[in-house]
Amino acid sequence: MRRLVLISVPYLWLLALFLIPFLIVLKISLSDTALAIPPYLPTLDLSEGWVGIKAFFAELDFENFRFLTEDDLYWKAYLSSLQIAAISTLLTLLVGYPIAYGMAMAPDQWRPTLMMLVILPFWTSFLIRVYSWMGILSSEGVLNQFLSWIGLIDQPLTILNTNTAVYIGIVYTYLPFMILPIYATLEKLDGSLLEAAEDLGCSRLSAFWLVTIPLSKQGIIAGCFLVFIPVIGEFVIPSLLGGSGTLMIGKVLWEEFFNNRDWPVASAVAVLLLLILIIPIILFQRNEQKQREREG
Amino acid sequence: MAQTVFAPWDDPNEKPLIQFRNVTKRFGDFTAIDNLSQDIYAREFFALLGPSGCGKTTMMRMLAGFETPTEGQILIAGQDMAGVSPNKRPVNMMFQSYALFPHISVWENIAFGLKREGMEKAKIDARVTEMLRLTRLERFARRKPHQISGGQRQRVALARSLAKAPKLLLLDEPLGALDAKLRQDTQFELMDIQEKTGTTFVIVTHDQEEAMTVASRVAVMDEGQIMQVATPAVIYEQPNSVYVADFIGDVNIIEGAATPQGDGYDIAWAEGQPVLHVKTGKSFAPGQKCFLAIRPEKVGISAEEPTDAANKVQGQIIDIAYLGNLSTYHVQLADGTMMKAQIANTRRLSRRSLTWEDHVWLSWTDTAPVLLES
Repeated sequence: MRRLVLISVPYLWLLALFLIPFLIVLKISLSDTALAIPPYLPTLDLSEGWVGIKAFFAELDFENFRFLTEDDLYWKAYLSSLQIAAISTLLTLLVGYPIAYGMAMAPDQWRPTLMMLVILPFWTSFLIRVYSWMGILSSEGVLNQFLSWIGLIDQPLTILNTNTAVYIGIVYTYLPFMILPIYATLEKLDGSLLEAAEDLGCSRLSAFWLVTIPLSKQGIIAGCFLVFIPVIGEFVIPSLLGGSGTLMIGKVLWEEFFNNRDWPVASAVAVLLLLILIIPIILFQRNEQKQREREG
Repeated sequence: MAQTVFAPWDDPNEKPLIQFRNVTKRFGDFTAIDNLSQDIYAREFFALLGPSGCGKTTMMRMLAGFETPTEGQILIAGQDMAGVSPNKRPVNMMFQSYALFPHISVWENIAFGLKREGMEKAKIDARVTEMLRLTRLERFARRKPHQISGGQRQRVALARSLAKAPKLLLLDEPLGALDAKLRQDTQFELMDIQEKTGTTFVIVTHDQEEAMTVASRVAVMDEGQIMQVATPAVIYEQPNSVYVADFIGDVNIIEGAATPQGDGYDIAWAEGQPVLHVKTGKSFAPGQKCFLAIRPEKVGISAEEPTDAANKVQGQIIDIAYLGNLSTYHVQLADGTMMKAQIANTRRLSRRSLTWEDHVWLSWTDTAPVLLES
């Protein structure tokens, strides 16, 4: 009995906070738009009993999903999101790996401080940090002023409201998610393995390729998923730093909801996004499990 | 046919494989190796023995190239190793932690160094197979290091470090992680492999029994210096200092003053006690302070006063340590000195007569002890 109570707690939590909201969104995605509050039909009317429920289900259909396939905006937005997510994941990896490596190689007494520096930005609001990037990247911004002051440019660079700004924003925001798992694997790396590799004829560089990289693979995979998955649905960064050319599904979704007030289509976009995300999420879970098995 | 004794260190024409020339290594203020010179010859099994922090591991890491001497030179096969990085040295090392690469199989681990040399595939196959056979690991070639036992991992580490046929193999506490029984078997295996391959082995250990078992010569180290280098038998029978005598095995040390007498010295060691006589080749000034070192197994113990012994002292049994094959008696002499006497238990326990608090005689010949200056 006590066991039952114990395991029911997390299940109730998941039910209330994940499954029920998801079912509501799913239901809306199967509904039709209406000028009403809430702005969709049908709504469930339990006062009519069994007939009402039957009528309610009869009115649900997949029309909105069909619509998504008809208008190529959505497909382009999904593909563009995947592309931006993939490129920014790669960029985050390229920036994050050396930082994680440097942290892991740093003297013991320095590590907590370095770790703190990585985590510290989380202590201020994400929105404020993205806004401050607007201040840095705009044509009169800090970066342009600095570059023209040192004489590197005469014309201000247009960075804000381009995909470049989106990449900068994403790499900046998601960097800790890349650094921390990689750091965790690198920190555990036995230094004598590198000495052994050198002893057996490796140069420093080939020892890095043949030993350090393969042994931090789990961290790299974990970090990449932790960046890739949320970036696909990212909305704040493309809408604040990106331009009109930046097409991301999060932005499309927001516009459907709030500009067009088309909740059913917006919900369909969200449900499809979730289906797309399930694949990398499952892969991520399998990677984590494999790592646990290896360590266990 | 009598075998020729392997002793290149006694042959003035023999060229040493490794030469330490006035090597000093400092880490900050700490001097790990203090102006040390030592030759090691090809095909030797050379043991560096000492307590932790004595500098033995530093010596090994300098040979491998992971540390550079602060002063002095290290030569391997006549070549100065200064500035030669670890991957360019004809030296391989077996790490204390084994340092097997966890992400690749046993086979790949052994082939790792060969692939770095750019050896052709067929030759790598042949060499790895040979190493697997030498270390009896054929069955485990496809396993990952975490899928085999500690003893097998140890053999993989050995096979990997031998695969490149180095001139010199360094072994850093190679058997430390194995249990006592397996360690003994592996010691003999190591000697066997060393003989078969003809590689020069330098082993670092803090286990004196291990050093004595495997090594052709043992260097006893303390505080960055080598106290004595000799064959295990010489180290044990003729230690050159109280430190070495005490570090290797069990020993009774009696401090006294030497007086020349016949072909040796009489040692006055306690007031009111008869002097002890020791035969020795060394010379001491009359009245010079000296230390008499005698191994417990060379001390006889009896209830009656022995008639023919050169040296005898009387005491009382305080403690008996029964080790199965041996018993060690702790005997307190009249002046309070404790001495140990070790007797092989060739008879059954019930037939032995000595027990706690018995008054006994300890006796030894005049050639049994060693007389030391310090």
